Amino acid sequence: MKPFHALAGLAGRFLAALALVATTTGAALAQTPPNVLVVGQIAEPKSLDPHAVTAVNDFRIVMNLYEGLVRYKDGTLEVEPALAESWTISDDGLTYTFTLRDGVSFHDGSPLDAAAVKYNFDRMLDENHPEHDTGPFPLSFFFSAIDTVEAPDAGTVVFTLKDPYAPFLSNLAYPTGLIVSPESVKSQGADYGRNPSGTGPFRFAEWESNAKVVLVRNDDYWGGAPALEAVVFRPITDANTRVAEMLSGGLDLMVEVPPDNVSQFAEDDRFTVFEQAGPHVWFLILNAKEGPMSDKRVRQAVNYAIDKQSLTENVLQGTAEVAAGPTPPAFSWAYNDALEPYPHDPDKARELIAEAGHEGAELTFYVTEGGSGMLDPVSMGAAIQADLAEVGFDVKIETYEWNTFLGKVNPGLEGKADMAEMAWMTNDPDTLPYLALRTDAWPDSGGFNSGYYSNPEVDKLLEAARSSTDQAERAELYKQMQTIVYDDAPWAFIANWKQNAVTGSAVEGFDLQPSFFLLLSGVTKP
Amino acid sequence: MGAYILRRLIFAIPVLFGLTVIVFAIMALIPGDPAVAILGSYATPENVEKLNRDLGLDKPLVQQYVTWVGNMLQGDFGRSYSLNRPVLDEVLERFSATLILAGTALLLCSVLGLIAGIVSAVRQFGWADRVITFAVLIGISTPSFWLGLLLILLFAVTWQLLPASGMYAIYGGGDLPDLLKHLILPAVTLAVVATGVIARLTRAAMLEVLRQDYVRTARAKGLTERQVIYRHAFRAALVAVIPVIGIQAGFVLGGAVYIETVFQWPGIGAMLVKAISTRDLLLVQGGVLVVAASYVLFNLLADVAQHMLDPRLKL
Repeated sequence: MKPFHALAGLAGRFLAALALVATTTGAALAQTPPNVLVVGQIAEPKSLDPHAVTAVNDFRIVMNLYEGLVRYKDGTLEVEPALAESWTISDDGLTYTFTLRDGVSFHDGSPLDAAAVKYNFDRMLDENHPEHDTGPFPLSFFFSAIDTVEAPDAGTVVFTLKDPYAPFLSNLAYPTGLIVSPESVKSQGADYGRNPSGTGPFRFAEWESNAKVVLVRNDDYWGGAPALEAVVFRPITDANTRVAEMLSGGLDLMVEVPPDNVSQFAEDDRFTVFEQAGPHVWFLILNAKEGPMSDKRVRQAVNYAIDKQSLTENVLQGTAEVAAGPTPPAFSWAYNDALEPYPHDPDKARELIAEAGHEGAELTFYVTEGGSGMLDPVSMGAAIQADLAEVGFDVKIETYEWNTFLGKVNPGLEGKADMAEMAWMTNDPDTLPYLALRTDAWPDSGGFNSGYYSNPEVDKLLEAARSSTDQAERAELYKQMQTIVYDDAPWAFIANWKQNAVTGSAVEGFDLQPSFFLLLSGVTKP
Repeated sequence: MGAYILRRLIFAIPVLFGLTVIVFAIMALIPGDPAVAILGSYATPENVEKLNRDLGLDKPLVQQYVTWVGNMLQGDFGRSYSLNRPVLDEVLERFSATLILAGTALLLCSVLGLIAGIVSAVRQFGWADRVITFAVLIGISTPSFWLGLLLILLFAVTWQLLPASGMYAIYGGGDLPDLLKHLILPAVTLAVVATGVIARLTRAAMLEVLRQDYVRTARAKGLTERQVIYRHAFRAALVAVIPVIGIQAGFVLGGAVYIETVFQWPGIGAMLVKAISTRDLLLVQGGVLVVAASYVLFNLLADVAQHMLDPRLKL
């Protein structure tokens, strides 16, 4: 498979170069119809049941069909009212009471009321629920903190949690928290995912397998009907083909533009390029349990040795920014902007390694061939190997296909490797550190702390931040956590990915969101 | 003839049965499981176990296999995890798209390959032979996905004559001219390599036949050169070429994997690649079985055609 990939990569560069020549000759663009937005997606969706999907690719569609009780404020990762007009949280952080917006209906005509909201969470969480078998619901653990959901009257929903859980509101804004129509689920059963019904600005019209998903304007939308008549989502898995379709006018909007092609679109005034840093972090897990990496100085040395600027500029071609710590800057309210990324300083790295007595150590490095959010893992791995060789480490790379890779890394690196690539995209500053940096999150306790990092101070801060419902207080705790983790260096902090998209010149009112969702209700294309 | 076909079809049953075992075993042996693929970064042992239970994958392998084969015998191929729809619907829909693409490509490469081979042999060492041999060499050596990208660039991006991808237009369209317009680039791309192979073999087979005594006899009888070549030589050469076309049919189906990805053709090759990477067990198993069954059928067709052309072969 490898030579094929290398060839395909070469072919991609060749295409990019030739396409530049081609487009500067200025061929007329084929037109898509007015008021219809054609979106180039990276794959066929798995389902349009928001509780059954896990991929950003599917989120891009469902976010336009459905709404949750709350949503992220435009351009931020802070929640604001959506289907719920307002809410109160009890002092102990255990009871959330939501007041629903009046007069909202699902696309199938049934009313959105408290019973419908309760149904949504019961279907996901209760294994004995009659429609639980319309799942599986892989991300239902986002709501595992819920003890009960009550509907005291048609306009009020009360959630009682088992333990205080600060990310609860943020999770309600995530696709797993979107509200589906109980009537449609009951009538469609297992086929609901292909016949969805929500309350959002667009309603489902058609899904032709492997060709398109069509959404049309919801004229009765409570927030005002969108300007677009229809949105067509086309799955085009090959990035070069997606670029060619965009260039030939077959698409109005394209997501995940390959790094090779971004500058080409940027230089062409028929297109507009959008970039938006998101809640993503790309890092190396360092095995703090054994070997050279069990010494903090060596882990810091790795951070100094890697030229992150060169990685983001040359390997990722500007599609990512250098990461400073474990929390991405997209969580602006919780991000500690006092942290500066470790500078590229090989001398300092060699000094620290010598101090720790690990000169010339042999290291095993797990690299993946690809995977969700992993950007360009093989080239990144090779560049990192070269940087570490410069400070005297003999790094042996082992490359695995994504699923195999996860099967090796998630159970822990002990006895296998000194470092491994990893990337996460989350919706709350709690998620990643809580699942991957706490002592109680070591793999044998069911977490993702595959490098066995342990610092009781960090554990305490994360527990406290999770049980507080005051955002300012949480922010303070996360900032302290970042300072400690930065210094302990359980990971090598490498990059924060910038999501990108390209639109044709007729498209207006579009912007990317830090959540990586694609929100189209405000877009026009006369 | 009827008895022969029936016998061959009966022999196909153990082949297909063996295939179910092999495909099932391979999918069980490759590391990673569907739950990990679905959960991605969120694949904690706890979440994986729960999801596998929901998917019915916590049962012993033998029981899973027996359930799968048992359901299949009743026409139920199961439901795809990654597409959330019945496997058989998806596989048949995808396979017909592949047949349209591969069938067109096969037709193209057979006709072009035979003509090129005959012309080349008849005009051996002439300029036509040299041009064709050179073109064939280029055809055989060109990586097909690269050729596909190049054609997209020229015909879709620069000249805007043909669509870059897909099988039908996204709005309007859906009729035969629309399909043909979308079919041209991928079918030509797919046919190029196989055309080269068939042309080379036809040339070799024709050259051999043209040296036979009966060809000399035919010429001596005073038949026109046209009659000698098409009625006497070509028919005999065809016997050697037909099995190669049968084998090429397999390569064309296999090559469709890259081409379908490049042109976003909704065929079974692209489907299988994705199903493997998402560990969509039932979809892979169902897809491979259908493809394998069609291979068996193509080989049978090629054999029958060869027997019909060559009276020396006894059925």
